[in-house]
Amino acid sequence: MLEAISLGCRRGERKLFSELSLSLNSGQLLHVQGTNGSGKTSLLRILAGLSRQDAGKIFWNNADIHTMYDEYASSLLYLGHQPAVKDDLTVTENLLVSAQIGGVNPTSDALKSAIEIVGLSRQANLPARALSQGQRRRLALARLWLGHKPLWILDEPFTALDVEATTLLEARLDAHLAIGGMVVLTTHQSPSITESYLCVLRLEP
Amino acid sequence: MPWFFAIATLLVLAGLYLSFFVAPTDFQQGEAYRIIFIHVPAAWMSMFIYLLMAAWAGFGLALNARLSFMMAQALAPTGTMFTFLALITGSLWGKPMWGAWWVWDARLTSELILLFLYIGYMALQSAFEDSRKADRASAVFLMVGAINVPIIYFSVKWWNTLHQGASVSLTKAPAMATIMLWGMLLMALAFWAYSIGVALWRVRCIIAERECEAGWLNNLREKE
Amino acid sequence: MNTLAILRCLLWRDIQLVLRRRSDVVATLFFFMVAVSLFPLGVGAEPALLQAIGPGVLWVAALLSALLSLGRLFAADFADGTLEQLLLSPVGLSLAVAVKILAHWLVSGLPLVLLAPLLGLQFNLPADVLWVLALSLLLGTPLLSLIGAIGAALTLGVRGAGVLVAVLVLPLYIPVLIFGAGAVAASASGMNPEGALSLLAALLVVGLVFAPYAAASALRVALE
Repeated sequence: MLEAISLGCRRGERKLFSELSLSLNSGQLLHVQGTNGSGKTSLLRILAGLSRQDAGKIFWNNADIHTMYDEYASSLLYLGHQPAVKDDLTVTENLLVSAQIGGVNPTSDALKSAIEIVGLSRQANLPARALSQGQRRRLALARLWLGHKPLWILDEPFTALDVEATTLLEARLDAHLAIGGMVVLTTHQSPSITESYLCVLRLEP
Repeated sequence: MPWFFAIATLLVLAGLYLSFFVAPTDFQQGEAYRIIFIHVPAAWMSMFIYLLMAAWAGFGLALNARLSFMMAQALAPTGTMFTFLALITGSLWGKPMWGAWWVWDARLTSELILLFLYIGYMALQSAFEDSRKADRASAVFLMVGAINVPIIYFSVKWWNTLHQGASVSLTKAPAMATIMLWGMLLMALAFWAYSIGVALWRVRCIIAERECEAGWLNNLREKE
Repeated sequence: MNTLAILRCLLWRDIQLVLRRRSDVVATLFFFMVAVSLFPLGVGAEPALLQAIGPGVLWVAALLSALLSLGRLFAADFADGTLEQLLLSPVGLSLAVAVKILAHWLVSGLPLVLLAPLLGLQFNLPADVLWVLALSLLLGTPLLSLIGAIGAALTLGVRGAGVLVAVLVLPLYIPVLIFGAGAVAASASGMNPEGALSLLAALLVVGLVFAPYAAASALRVALE
């Protein structure tokens, strides 16, 4: 269970949010909403432990995430704005490396099927510089089909995806939630996820 | 704060009086030696202030205290000034003593490297737009520098002995007269008072500046 | 997946990335060769003079080419989001940074070690001195990568990072230069280079322990 208590965050001298508390249970998706600049990305980065909050604490299974960060990090899959795709590596190499950095060691069959699911089979052995923006995003998202990390934090995962890929991602999120996974995400769309999984957090400036 | 400046002025006057009128002329070095009354305390201060800044930076990183970072930032120009002063007075003293404006003496060289470290710190501090990042990054640099200062000093000394033939070794300091010690001590105290005063003044400026920036941003947001 | 396997994967990735864009590494090596060859043209080709300045020239050129390659170390990973993933990796950022530094040394430091003795021939250095040169670079270039990594991490995402990293890192390189070039100079003048080499080795141990940690803290600041 992910729990945050009275989080506060300032950027420079500007206050983004304060006294923000939330809790996320197994099988729940938290949709963080808000206008541009309301601190959605900052909140996600803080929840992932990438930046430090100015106030408050975050607990993962009742332990402060910064006291057991390595353990927390190994149960977390974070995808940020940047897809972390290397132009000079092939699609397969990119996926293998990013999975391994995250501590997941996929078999070559698993790699192959993940690449097939996101529709990049034809490009599997091409360098990633040949990919379009949307294809890069698909490649980054292919990690969702490898390994079983309970908590996903996804920053604008639907950006640059076409209708087909959007449906695919929604189905994947649904499946993850159905087996008790947790998701925190930001998006300006309203994803069609099974209603009972969905919680919404609105950040007001 | 004005008190510190008043104390500093008084002490400087007393120190200068002692060093220029009371202390006897050195039989070997003549009148020129009197510059060490400024040189030595300035060199002390330059190192003290660096260590002090590193200590503030360490506090800041450990406790996430913004005021600590600001103190380190406020001390930097003063430290740089003293380093510079030590270098200038050192070469002024070196001219009549060694016959050259610059001698690759171990202490002078270390002081020069210290100047580089100060400049690096200030350059890094001013390179960031986000003051929080600037604080933390330059604090890390200060800590790394503080670990390096003794290593640098040792290596320069080692280098100096290796190339003994090329440089003139420092003339052995004559047994210091009590009066000279007093003069230097007074000057050092004066420099301390000045540093504290000017650092406190500067930290107030930094706080005001950052608040002003915040106020400006908030106003901008309200208008939106 | 165990830590060692992840680290091996990281090392493979970094080396692959460099090998697929070889021109950067080759350019740095070329710079090293050109810079070294400029000195005889500047000071004249008198054998005794060249022999005297050879160790220093080779070492300073190695220092500068190490500096040139620092930009590659983290910048690309920072821009495309890989550093965030490294921070979240179960191996921890310090170890990941250590591996990146190792990869950087293998592709930009090790070639210098191999190339330097060849260039040393241009300076009339005798064979036993060339051995000491290679050995001193073998101990010293990892230190250049380690210290440089701190500077590269501190200046991530900063305007004018290229110049700033030089200002920060060069003063910190001084002890390495002194002991490295000192060892070669000592052996060239018939003295025992062991003292300097063991000091260099000691510095390397200190660097191995502290530098990845310091660079990781600097990266955390840059990622905030």
